[in-house]
Amino acid sequence: MSRGWAGALLAAAVALLVPGAAGAPQQRSERPVVVASKPFAESYLLAEIFAQQLEAHGITVERRPGLGATEIAFGALRTGAVDVYPEYTGTGLVAVLHELPMADRRAVFLRVATEFPRRYGVHWLPPLGFENTFAIAVRPETAARLGLRTLSDLARHAPELTAGFSPDFIGRADGLPGLERAYGGMHFAAVRPLLQAVKYQALASGAVDLIDGYSTDGEIERHHLVVLEDDRNFFPAYEAAPLISGRLWRDSPAAVAALSELGGRLDARRMRLLNRRVEVDGEPVARVAADALAQIGLHGTSGPARRVTSNTHTSLTSYLVARRGRIAELTLQHLLLVAASLALAIAVAVPLALLLARVRRGAESGIRGVGLLQTIPSIALLAFMIPLLGIGVVPAVVALFLYSLYPILRNTYVGVRDASPAAVGSARALGMTAGQILRYVRLPLAAPVIMAGIRTAAVIDVGTATLAAFIGAGGLGDPIVAGLALSDTQMILSGAIPAALLALVIDAVLGACERIVTPRGVA
Amino acid sequence: MADRAVPILSADDVRKAYGSSVALESATLAVGRGECVALVGESGSGKTTLLRCFNRMVQPDSGVVRVDGVDVRERDPVALRRGMGYVQQEGGLLPHWTVLRNASLVPWLRGEAAEERGREALERVGLPASVFGGRWPRELSGGQRQRVAIARALAADPAIILLDEPFGALDAITRSDVQKMFLEVRRELGLTALLVTHDLHEAFQLAERVAVMHQGRIEQIGTPDLLVRAPATAYVARLLQLARVA
Repeated sequence: MSRGWAGALLAAAVALLVPGAAGAPQQRSERPVVVASKPFAESYLLAEIFAQQLEAHGITVERRPGLGATEIAFGALRTGAVDVYPEYTGTGLVAVLHELPMADRRAVFLRVATEFPRRYGVHWLPPLGFENTFAIAVRPETAARLGLRTLSDLARHAPELTAGFSPDFIGRADGLPGLERAYGGMHFAAVRPLLQAVKYQALASGAVDLIDGYSTDGEIERHHLVVLEDDRNFFPAYEAAPLISGRLWRDSPAAVAALSELGGRLDARRMRLLNRRVEVDGEPVARVAADALAQIGLHGTSGPARRVTSNTHTSLTSYLVARRGRIAELTLQHLLLVAASLALAIAVAVPLALLLARVRRGAESGIRGVGLLQTIPSIALLAFMIPLLGIGVVPAVVALFLYSLYPILRNTYVGVRDASPAAVGSARALGMTAGQILRYVRLPLAAPVIMAGIRTAAVIDVGTATLAAFIGAGGLGDPIVAGLALSDTQMILSGAIPAALLALVIDAVLGACERIVTPRGVA
Repeated sequence: MADRAVPILSADDVRKAYGSSVALESATLAVGRGECVALVGESGSGKTTLLRCFNRMVQPDSGVVRVDGVDVRERDPVALRRGMGYVQQEGGLLPHWTVLRNASLVPWLRGEAAEERGREALERVGLPASVFGGRWPRELSGGQRQRVAIARALAADPAIILLDEPFGALDAITRSDVQKMFLEVRRELGLTALLVTHDLHEAFQLAERVAVMHQGRIEQIGTPDLLVRAPATAYVARLLQLARVA
């Protein structure tokens, strides 16, 4: 009957058609070995070394680098969504087993190697040969000015200093809380949570006075930073080792043997140099990994390795042009993530809002309850989903769906409730039924408001979907996460620029839809 | 013309309260076939509440409201409303419907030849559908919108029309034109009308009898002549004096 109503229906129908393309179920049978990493450079490099070592033994590999933090990577391994990723024994002891840190590396390995199979059904392979413990680093000027050499020195001067620590470090027992205990109180003037990727820049620029790094970080060398000595032997042993799923342990002895060959082959010095090539010099991870394997007498395969890093000497334009195929693919993935979650959210939020507008009682508190979802940090929500939904597209779509509900629900409810009271009143007084009033008066008049809610949700989704990379869902977050980990600005921009453009395009398209669904005679 | 022996609208001792605030108290009223009665009073006097009892937009707490001799509680509200015209202040036209579609609303709801009835109704209020039918309400002047609202109320040929401050928002000249049009149409169709207004002049001009309401009660009901000659209460006398009709 009404053009506006037909327009709203059409828009909803089109949106509903899209997820069919996105929701293809993951194939579980005959799958390749899934090699994952956490989102920092050394983890990327070790994962690539694992992948090439496996490929050299004729094993098919799927790379899933840059998974969230420990909770996400370990959660994915435990549920079998991932087969192997590089982990540190100390992290396993403290962050997973929730035990007190120990400084003796043999004792730590023995403990995790016994407990992990028993409790989680996952297995540690022999350590790679180097430790990567926490390192508290300061600028050389700060060290000289305050006479800082050890962490005990630092404890005395802490109230004068601003720390920049990774959120991980601030929370975990072998991080800041343990450090404070071990050194009898280490109360900084301020503690700023900083992501690994920006910490060194923050320290170098003077925004913070000290940071937590890792002892094999190439950046330490680059900025000539002073690493303070752990004179009370607080930081536990952090030996790097492959951590593998129960499935790989049982079903793939060849893969286990290939990964075990790496045991004891990489020492700390070699690792710092390799890290520096990746982090500071911006060499492709695949090439550095291949060189590392060659140096230790194993044969890497630099062949099918995914190009995850750039040559920083080319211009941004040529970088983007050279990767246009990959960028287009990621943009499409991103778009599908957004479209699928948005379609689900529309299908749930619009009918729910109509129901609430009908019942009224409890509507406000119900909507506020859904609004609370908005306050859950996205990383926490994503981590929470792993035990339920694993990693990949499905949990990402579910998380984005949850974030999209609120704006659509709120706008639909308010739009329908507040639709021209005069028109609604006269329609009722002239004998329209409640259903007719909803269909012919409230919905058409509310359509632009509903569409505006959908538009808000879509733009939020485009931004939030970049975080989906942390759980291996792909999309434009991939190069952003990898670029942050590898300090590669061009790579970050190759994700961030298309994501911003995508947000603008989606906003414009939905803006046009808003005009289309606005009933003539109202605008 | 008015036949008061057979009341077509009647309210008998009707009471309505919203929480502790009383909107109507022992309101009794009868409107004869073809008669126009105006409910006059200041804001909050209960005149709109009483009007809306007749199409079941308001459910009284006690008392009986009848339309055509039948207790409205026995009538389906939707069917009852489709059988009566209704005009409110500022029209309440559906902004996303054309003038013709607005005018055809009630016949359409009743499953009748909607467009034809809508055209006839627009013709009657002086807005031929050939010129105005395709326009949107926002493209009309205030007076034209009220004419469309009246056409919409009349399109299904109701015997009764309820009007809630229908001319209140119009400027003086426009108001007088629309009032004149309404008076002619009502006489021509022999409509029974209940008109809510705060304007005593309008009441005297359009209605055969006027009910003065104050604080939920009907103070006096009678012809304009009777009200002027023998105001029943001090409130009525004062109202007449303020309006300079006494």
